Amino acid sequence: MKETGPAETGTGSAAGRAAEPLLELSGLEKHFPVMGGFVFRRQVGRVHAVDGIDLTVHAGQTLGLVGESGCGKSTTGRLVARLLEPTAGAIRYGGRDIAHASRRELKPIRSEIQMIFQDPYSSLNPRHTVGGIVRGPMEVNGIDPPGGRDRRVRELLEIVGLNPEHYNRFPHEFSGGQRQRIGVARALALNPKLIVADEPVSALDVSIQAQVVNLLQELQRELGIAFLFIAHDLAVVRHFSQRVAVMYLGKIVEVADRDSLYRRPRHPYTHALLSAVPEVETDPAVESRERIRLAGDVPSPIDPPSGCRFRTRCWKAQDKCAAEEPPLVRLAGNREGHLTACHFPEAPTVHGEDVVLDPALA
Amino acid sequence: MSTPFLSVRDLTVDFHTEDGVVHAVDGLSFDVEKGTTLGIVGESGSGKSVTNLAVLGLHNPETAKISGEIRLDGEELIGAPRSTMERLRGNKVAMIFQDPLTSLSPYHTIGRQIGEVFRRHTGASRAASRDRAIEMLTRVGIPQPKVRVDDYPHQFSGGMRQRAMIAMALVCDPDLLIADEPTTALDVTVQAQILDLLRDLQEQTGTAIIMITHDLGVVSGTAHEVLVMYAGRAVERGTVREVLGEPRHPYTWGLLASMPRLSAPVDVPLLPVRGTPPSLINVPPGCPFHPRCDYTDLAGPELCRGERPELSPHRGHGDACYLTLAQKQEITR
Repeated sequence: MKETGPAETGTGSAAGRAAEPLLELSGLEKHFPVMGGFVFRRQVGRVHAVDGIDLTVHAGQTLGLVGESGCGKSTTGRLVARLLEPTAGAIRYGGRDIAHASRRELKPIRSEIQMIFQDPYSSLNPRHTVGGIVRGPMEVNGIDPPGGRDRRVRELLEIVGLNPEHYNRFPHEFSGGQRQRIGVARALALNPKLIVADEPVSALDVSIQAQVVNLLQELQRELGIAFLFIAHDLAVVRHFSQRVAVMYLGKIVEVADRDSLYRRPRHPYTHALLSAVPEVETDPAVESRERIRLAGDVPSPIDPPSGCRFRTRCWKAQDKCAAEEPPLVRLAGNREGHLTACHFPEAPTVHGEDVVLDPALA
Repeated sequence: MSTPFLSVRDLTVDFHTEDGVVHAVDGLSFDVEKGTTLGIVGESGSGKSVTNLAVLGLHNPETAKISGEIRLDGEELIGAPRSTMERLRGNKVAMIFQDPLTSLSPYHTIGRQIGEVFRRHTGASRAASRDRAIEMLTRVGIPQPKVRVDDYPHQFSGGMRQRAMIAMALVCDPDLLIADEPTTALDVTVQAQILDLLRDLQEQTGTAIIMITHDLGVVSGTAHEVLVMYAGRAVERGTVREVLGEPRHPYTWGLLASMPRLSAPVDVPLLPVRGTPPSLINVPPGCPFHPRCDYTDLAGPELCRGERPELSPHRGHGDACYLTLAQKQEITR
């Protein structure tokens, strides 16, 4: 498995895991041209939306992808669903590279990779009935399930917790949470193996958000669907993902299994993100929770900083950070599969208690 | 007890629409003291924004029917003439909106937009109001304020725009600041910066703040008192520690249980509130939460469906539910 950075060899490879990964991204890049000039439009720059990332998603598991706006997480999702063609790198799905596959080559794969979008208001056609929306993917792909499409639609509506009788209603007759369920039913229509969920619960109220998270969890358990779960909410991601990757300005800065990432984050950015989450804290004893406040905003992806991209906001940055890009590797003291891209990582702590560090690291 | 700085009594706001009368706010009462923050929590459509637009007198009198009492520093605002509201708005009460991009004018510089408020209320000269704008930008932590004062909103990042909005709201040293989801559109790291800024500014100026949010985490970190709203009514009220630490209303329990938390064990499933919030045209009789509540049998279904529960006790930690205190303690234990 290729999860290690290109510069290092094998230090963090999770070799020995039995199954072949369902999805494997390596060196994936997507740059968007910036046009400028008067009369003669020409390219004046490039937005480095995704700039060389390696990730793997295993069948039936969830990889959470977190980061702030503009970090490239949605672009990554769109690349995986091949709604965009990457500038460079490989997207291996089921052993085949689909990075530059043609429409025809993609056709059989399209039904296996589905998407759930953030906004349930703009991702459903207001002029189509719920039945039409959920049946759509089957019609496009010419799939005739046993018992007919209509029966399958009713079945799907029931699976996602909607009343199958509401088959003929229009999206505006449903609340936000119910609309998101329609989106989920549509994604399930073709029995996908991988669902790219781009902020599926961010637009929903708290009480409804939990309903949809539980629904997705149930579907994963029962149908064995793998998820690429893109979100900015660290608490939601923690609830739903076995592995979590943190993105910053087009790069993966840290990736690990859930417990390792949330309990022993090593990258300063992961630390800062975790400490910025406002938590309900009523126990006065816990109030001394560590607080890191990052200064400033995320730099422009058109002209990202040299070396480590986080260095402009990092309190630990030194000259080395500007000169040399830190590789994504397994640091001493970390569990297998926990990769961090940092020259001066944080000490691995568990529940505020210091762990003995490798002397070579200090 | 002295009279509170802002006191709202039995506020109702109805909108007449083609489909019927929308009871957006239905008999709401609360107080805000100087130098404190009241967090108003609720889901979309619970009436939290409508309440605060009423305090600012920003509802269209043709479509909105407002009744009750809103007293700001002893002055009655409901039915007050337009000139009174114009004198108070920006000067005594100011508001920060959720989306800083749509609430700033793209055609005017940041400095002019901040200075305009100051000129209007103090009659200061252009030069003086520009200086004031620079001073305000410095206070909210914009780097190079003397240069950035001449920038347009599109040249600012999201976090900086929200800082500029805060500068504009505070330019006349208002006694009450209403912040409507001020950080919802921002990233977590920027949200933390803005919440810190609001806290610091409150310490310096003693402004009262109403913080409207759907995020209990934000309330926990910034507010002193909390009001939980559901379907246009207050269902629970108290200090942050009381409401979040010993919640008494089933809806507050539901909100807390459905929120994923970093400190909670991962394997504990989220417990969402079942169903969806009611239509405000057709609010259920009795307790508006009863169709989604798991404890109606315990409290007595006739009671829950019959008469509307009021916040009790009248002062301190109160909630609008028919369960007895002993039953609630039994359930939350």
